[in-house]
Amino acid sequence: MIRAFIHKFQKYQFVFTELVKRDFKKKYKRSILGMLWSMLAPLFTLLIMNYIFGHFFGRTQEYYTIYLFSGWLIFQYYNEATNGAMNSLMANANIFSKVKVPKYLFLFSRITSSSINFFLVLIVYFIFVIAYKLPITWRFITLFFPIICMFLLILGVGLILSALFVFFRDVQYLYGVFSTALMYFTPIFYTVDIMGANAKIFYLNPLYLYVTYFRNVVIDGTIPSLAFHVYTLLYSLLFFAIGCWMYKKYNYKFLYYV
Amino acid sequence: MIDVDNVSVRYIMGDFKDIGLKEYLIRKAKGQMVTKEFWALRDVSFHVEKGNLLGIIGSNGSGKSTILKVLAGIMPPTKGSITANGSIAALLELGAGFDGDLTVRENIYLRGAMLGYTREFVNEEYEHIIEFSELQEFEDVAYKKLSSGMKSKLAFSLASRVNPDILVLDEVLSVGDIGFRKKSENRMREMMSGGTTTILVSHSMGQIREMCTQVVWLEKGEMRGIGDTKQMCDTYEKYMKK
Repeated sequence: MIRAFIHKFQKYQFVFTELVKRDFKKKYKRSILGMLWSMLAPLFTLLIMNYIFGHFFGRTQEYYTIYLFSGWLIFQYYNEATNGAMNSLMANANIFSKVKVPKYLFLFSRITSSSINFFLVLIVYFIFVIAYKLPITWRFITLFFPIICMFLLILGVGLILSALFVFFRDVQYLYGVFSTALMYFTPIFYTVDIMGANAKIFYLNPLYLYVTYFRNVVIDGTIPSLAFHVYTLLYSLLFFAIGCWMYKKYNYKFLYYV
Repeated sequence: MIDVDNVSVRYIMGDFKDIGLKEYLIRKAKGQMVTKEFWALRDVSFHVEKGNLLGIIGSNGSGKSTILKVLAGIMPPTKGSITANGSIAALLELGAGFDGDLTVRENIYLRGAMLGYTREFVNEEYEHIIEFSELQEFEDVAYKKLSSGMKSKLAFSLASRVNPDILVLDEVLSVGDIGFRKKSENRMREMMSGGTTTILVSHSMGQIREMCTQVVWLEKGEMRGIGDTKQMCDTYEKYMKK
């Protein structure tokens, strides 16, 4: 099955890269700073948040700017990628109802564009880490683990959302509300101890897992426990599996609804 | 060789795509979910030999485009089956797959990729495609700025660059100017003599009469007949005049 998948991917690799290029070209058309905006926009937000929330939480949390950046970086990636993925099928419906090309390619290319953006912001993040004189250690390599898990989660959520969105436009608004709630439910600018004894509830939020991983490695210089790894991976895989199942079930179905 | 065996396609109408999530849940809870079915095709069967050109005629809404979608592999049939041997190139709508904001050059790569070409192939054939479509001066113009004739030239030039085993065309040749029409018809004859099996939907009876070796007549999703071009066209024209 995996070999068949790789074979298929090789076959569609050209379409895939062209679609990613298309996304980028369209996004930065007629903007002078172009891709630089991907780095600048989150940076501005970060600085504003840092200025405001730094007064409250900066006193207790060391390296608060990095703390905040870790959270913001991950939430932004998740938010941008899943919203883009949700729209990707609908926005390209006129193509795959007329051209034979697998629908998931549009979803993957959209998520890949967001991931490239994420890596650009990640570069800025590491510049900040260096600027704050945090030690860069071999442990930083383990950051690939949360990134891969997050990628799986985003794929899964993207597949679920895009399948639903094709049938119900309401999903867009519901998901908007959900995203805002998720943002506040993720300790981006605050610290988990404000929940006191209920802090365990954050484990329901997969974004919390990735954010915590980043903070542990970058700020505290520690690697989370094995159990934490297993939990994070399984949680992400669960979403991915549900997404694949939904895609398989619905990917042809909506063509018949007129 | 194409073999279409008892193909039926059902669309579903008046369902949740129109009513939204709230209504859907309410109706589902009340058990009042009404879906109307609509059979765009019913038990359509035909067979096309290698190197032949089959024309499909019929009035609007007769299921012509749906059968092409099934043939192109975009939509699996609700019932029945299709056997088509070899590579399929389909042009169902002129603009489909092209992106208005990208330039002609960028679109050639994007659309070429969707047609299943490799990057090397597009690199090699790029000049030919531009030349055949007569768009030499427009390579860096945004696609949306082209006239509809230019768009159809570009689409046909791209899709006809290879000799696919099966070529599926929906009303795409009737847009270009006379010069290009002649050119594209010649190219199609060339492909057919090279063994390409073609299926063509057209409202231009002149074109059907001139090009096709065989004609299928669809009306409201059902087959009214299949057979010799002249005979089918005559009956169809008589029927339409009534």
